[in-house]
Amino acid sequence: MIDKARGNLPPLSLHVPEPKFRPGDVVDYSHLAIPPAGMQPRPDEQCAPVETHPLCLDMVRVLDEGHRATGPWDPKLDGETLRRMLRTMALTRAFDDRMYRSQRQGKTSFYMKCTGEEATSVAPAMALAHDDMVFPSYRQQGILIARGYPLVDMVNQIYSNRADKLKGRQLPIMYSAREVSFFSISGNLATQYPQAVGWAMASAIKGDSRIAATWIGEGSTAESDFHAAMTFAAVYNAPVIFNVVNNQWAISSFSGFAGAERTTFAARAIGYGIAGLRVDGNDPLAVYAATQWAANRARSNAGPTLIEHFTYRAEGHSTSDDPGQYRSAQEREEWPLGDPVMRLKQHLIALGEWSEEQQVAMDRELVEQVKAATKEAEKNGILGHGLHHPFRTMFEDVFEELPWHLKEQSEQAIRERKIKWPEWKEDEA
Amino acid sequence: MTEPVSIRRLNMIEAINDALDIMMERDPDVVVMGEDVGYFGGVFRATAGLQKKYGKTRVFDTPISECGIIGVAVGMGAYGLRPVPEIQFADYIYPGLDQLVSEAARLRYRSAGEFIAPMTVRSPFGGGIFGGQTHSQSPEALFTHVSGIKTVIPSTPHDAKGLLIAAIEDDDPVIFFEPKRIYNGPFNGYYDKPVEPWSKHADSEVPDGYYSIPLGKARIVRPGEAFTVLAYGTMVHVAAAVCAEKGVDAEIIDLRSLVPLDIATVEKSVEKTGKCLIVHEATRTCGFGAELSALVQERCFYHLEAPIERVTGFDTPYPHSLEWAYFPGPVRIGEAIDRLMKA
Repeated sequence: MIDKARGNLPPLSLHVPEPKFRPGDVVDYSHLAIPPAGMQPRPDEQCAPVETHPLCLDMVRVLDEGHRATGPWDPKLDGETLRRMLRTMALTRAFDDRMYRSQRQGKTSFYMKCTGEEATSVAPAMALAHDDMVFPSYRQQGILIARGYPLVDMVNQIYSNRADKLKGRQLPIMYSAREVSFFSISGNLATQYPQAVGWAMASAIKGDSRIAATWIGEGSTAESDFHAAMTFAAVYNAPVIFNVVNNQWAISSFSGFAGAERTTFAARAIGYGIAGLRVDGNDPLAVYAATQWAANRARSNAGPTLIEHFTYRAEGHSTSDDPGQYRSAQEREEWPLGDPVMRLKQHLIALGEWSEEQQVAMDRELVEQVKAATKEAEKNGILGHGLHHPFRTMFEDVFEELPWHLKEQSEQAIRERKIKWPEWKEDEA
Repeated sequence: MTEPVSIRRLNMIEAINDALDIMMERDPDVVVMGEDVGYFGGVFRATAGLQKKYGKTRVFDTPISECGIIGVAVGMGAYGLRPVPEIQFADYIYPGLDQLVSEAARLRYRSAGEFIAPMTVRSPFGGGIFGGQTHSQSPEALFTHVSGIKTVIPSTPHDAKGLLIAAIEDDDPVIFFEPKRIYNGPFNGYYDKPVEPWSKHADSEVPDGYYSIPLGKARIVRPGEAFTVLAYGTMVHVAAAVCAEKGVDAEIIDLRSLVPLDIATVEKSVEKTGKCLIVHEATRTCGFGAELSALVQERCFYHLEAPIERVTGFDTPYPHSLEWAYFPGPVRIGEAIDRLMKA
């Protein structure tokens, strides 16, 4: 400890960040700088990274207060594309709602919703080519849905049943879907970031035209893999898009614990020599336009881009979390950027391409679609009800071939099974 | 009909370089990367000449970031490349551990085979070179404990080439530890005597061109009856020299690959000799020797005529000035042999 005073120097003090609002607090977001839509310049896709610096501190917005698309970032999507985007986002939300209930009903052990963040996965997926490889975190289920991955297969994975393509090995929602260029999700945060860079480097090494995109939460930007990925991407000018979904919360820790009190997450790009964009993450058109800009840039060998999606995690972190314990319930209601699904709906209505009646009908249809997929999946079993992959599959795929020690352990597991259930046969689940 | 193969005498570095060259020639998906491996050819010269021959997009220098090197290699493997990243010293592999343990090792399993990590991480390891704490470590047990990773350690130029080729061809992630003490010659543990170069040793005869040595197959260095020696890397040579000096008829087994382990060869030998000496340079507690000892005890118990002996490094960080007091050299091995011979 301090054993002597050092002259008249003031004592140092440690700053420990504290969120503005805790449970019960009245929420006031007037400190957030939300610029008007349409005011942000759209630099040339080939520009030097440093030219994007103003956009790293600003916020690209397309949809204005009257739900009209405005400014140079308006991607000018046609009505059909906009309706598809709306439908995909709404389907993602309906899927989340159903799976959350399934977890509460005990049909699975765990689920994570992306409520309020649907635009940050659906819009990029639509702006990318279908065979661009995505390296998501656990909150981008909208990509799978946007790419047409069967809902039944998603539910099968969540239920760890006998039709689960991952053979019941993975925690629910840790999907892997190579057929739609969706990389295997890992529980270890940020590891996908350098992997996406490596994939993009490989694509460049082979003279391919595909690019990679990866997602991370703002909390995980503190992981060392974030720094490694940014460095490698800059060094090799890798054709990769880095998405930082800044939803303000990493479980119970507000974004200040990832450094948000000092600067934006987009601003970090500049220090690496990477283009950066900060977008309104609840504005699906802004997200689409930013992804399109970054994809064109990457595809033309102009280099990587980091996009910070400024959004809000509307629900708990997971089914194991109660956000009422650490943040004000008012936050979600007061969030100044609104709800991405509602904003796109209002935009389509303002364009005369949609109506409240159509929305109600669509929502009803989507609920039925999800319900049907869930029922279909339940035929293959739910967690803990015996319908799972054959027992021996536990030992497969550790290596390409089963080494002797895994063969022995597999035999042991089968012996244990037979002791417990003498009638059990090996080819049964 | 087998074509006659021409033989060259190579040291271990040259053999490794030859293996990389051959695999890069045969498979356009093989890429080599790491700190200083490109233009400069590696701090131990293992990648010398490769960038000039294959170009900068196949052999390249990387930023100083082990987590980046391994993480990027996992992504390249997911694309379909066959990366051969180098970690300059095994002592510096730890920043890459999360990518190795949580990602490379688990990728095939967690994706049910949709994605694989067909990478070979080369890294110089082991002591005996006055490398101090961070240029001498033998961290193999950290990897043998991880499901989904293979761990391979050669002890001769001939094996280094054949095993490295097999590792690169293998679709599972392989940690390939190169005992840097024996890059230039088979060090026998007598540090106060000059080291014989590889050129005077039969195992430096390396066939030209492609050949591979299957992973999971041990090599019987010397058949014998008195007791079984289980060793790998540098310690194969040290143990062999001590046995020769003592004139004991030991059966010396170079494990070559720790996972998968050639358990059949181990069992057969210990059943024959009834005694077992395990030698490694790594620290003792929870070292790979503990696993070997447990396996021998479980599988050869009724043949054992003496307690299994483990000769290892001490449970301390690797010291600089007291290197030869730490290193499991002739005295420590000799004492264990005396106990076995008396039992």
